[in-house]
Amino acid sequence: MNENTDARLLRLHPADNVLTVIATLEAGAQIRVGRATVAVAARLPIGHKVAAQAIAAGERIVKYGAPIGSAVRAISAGEHVHTQNVKSDYLPTLLREEHGRFFAQQQQPQQ
Amino acid sequence: MTGYLRTDGRKGIRNTTVVVYLVECAHHVAREVVHPFHEQEVHLLGFPGCYPNAYAHRMLRQLCTHPNVGAALLVSLGCEGFNRADLLAEIRATGRPAGTLVIQETGGTRRTIAEGREWIASALRQLAETPRAELAISDLTVGTICGGSDATSGITANPAVGRAFDLLVENGARVIFEETGELIGCEQIMAARAARPALAPELIACVEKAARYYTTMGHGSFAPGNAEGGLTTQEEKSMGAYSKSGNSPISGILKPGDVPPAAGLYLLDVVPDGEVRWGFPNISDIQEIGELIACGAHVTIFTTGRGSVVGSAISPVIKVCANPETYRRLSEDMDVNAGRILEGAATLEEVGREIYDRVLATAAGEKTASETLGHREFSLVYKSFEPLGPACLPG
Repeated sequence: MNENTDARLLRLHPADNVLTVIATLEAGAQIRVGRATVAVAARLPIGHKVAAQAIAAGERIVKYGAPIGSAVRAISAGEHVHTQNVKSDYLPTLLREEHGRFFAQQQQPQQ
Repeated sequence: MTGYLRTDGRKGIRNTTVVVYLVECAHHVAREVVHPFHEQEVHLLGFPGCYPNAYAHRMLRQLCTHPNVGAALLVSLGCEGFNRADLLAEIRATGRPAGTLVIQETGGTRRTIAEGREWIASALRQLAETPRAELAISDLTVGTICGGSDATSGITANPAVGRAFDLLVENGARVIFEETGELIGCEQIMAARAARPALAPELIACVEKAARYYTTMGHGSFAPGNAEGGLTTQEEKSMGAYSKSGNSPISGILKPGDVPPAAGLYLLDVVPDGEVRWGFPNISDIQEIGELIACGAHVTIFTTGRGSVVGSAISPVIKVCANPETYRRLSEDMDVNAGRILEGAATLEEVGREIYDRVLATAAGEKTASETLGHREFSLVYKSFEPLGPACLPG
């Protein structure tokens, strides 16, 4: 599924707007993303992500065909997608009210 | 491809005899009964506890009557709490040859071992006559598990298994994924894939239960994703494990021992119900594999990055290695090298197809790496479950 894209970048699902780095990219390396060629700003080890296309602020980040968070600012094609420009949309199970009570009980001293 | 036709109508891909110790005190005798047959399809199972446990009873009943199993010999010390009479009756009710040896009644270690070996030799002669029947992909149940994961697992082996799962479901198989503790963060994503609206809250409740359980145990997947490895959010981290499930709708939820009633994708809930009682939900990968098999899995697909070497009693394990360096080091233990994806030598689709083909070849009788190497691991410890809710299975 790497047609039109760099062999060092893997698209995990056709609906994804991010690509996963599968060979470490050094700073300054040229990567091909769609029709654009982009220089990598800083070293990107295996497992990191770059944008497959321009992503608007507030837009969902899609990997594995599923939303994994939202862009907190505009991201350009080929740019590193990580904690500096993405926030989680997950509502942690543990922060929900009923479980807050559950854990408060659990924290009481034993015996 | 043909399978072994059981008298209850189910079809197996192996023709195994199991020897089952009903308490740890009978383990040595049971192991010695199996020993001379270790190059044949005679496998050792058992439960170590002396106190009865409904889950352990159900597990052993489902394993002894699994389609890959043709005969079962129970080995009891005599004073343990396990209800050996009920288990024997349940196995015999399926038409399988089954017997019990009680060490205290038989007259000790040597006599029991000798009688056990005679019983097995006779059972093997009987099983050689097992009728064969045409086996379709729609007759198969396939489980998946990940263990010894690393940063490559979520980008090669796991999504490739997802592709294989999609092919299996398209062809009418029942497929099962599990480990709700690793799915924390993608419960809403899972709920959106529920085949029926009533199933969605049940899927979320499964993951919430796992989150509570793991927190009480002081373990689990709650730390923020491993940012150095490139994971940005909790949901992304969990998606790496979840990607093994592929893209089919989720048809239902199972608990250990529940057999999927129809084709489709199922989530196996392995975390015990009720208060935290027996310790870790699964003490190792081995018990989870046993639970998948108790749900009817003919084959289990095991993804690993760091390199697990395990197999299992009863059903073959296909090992898919995510990391190309691990594959080179442990190639004799691996069936599929998904690490080729990282080297640009294969696509996810190609590796997914290879896993699918490997499942079919294994079902047709070809041995997996762990079978060839003699791996027949088994582990079963205490747990408690409540029955499934009415919304969990297709009606």
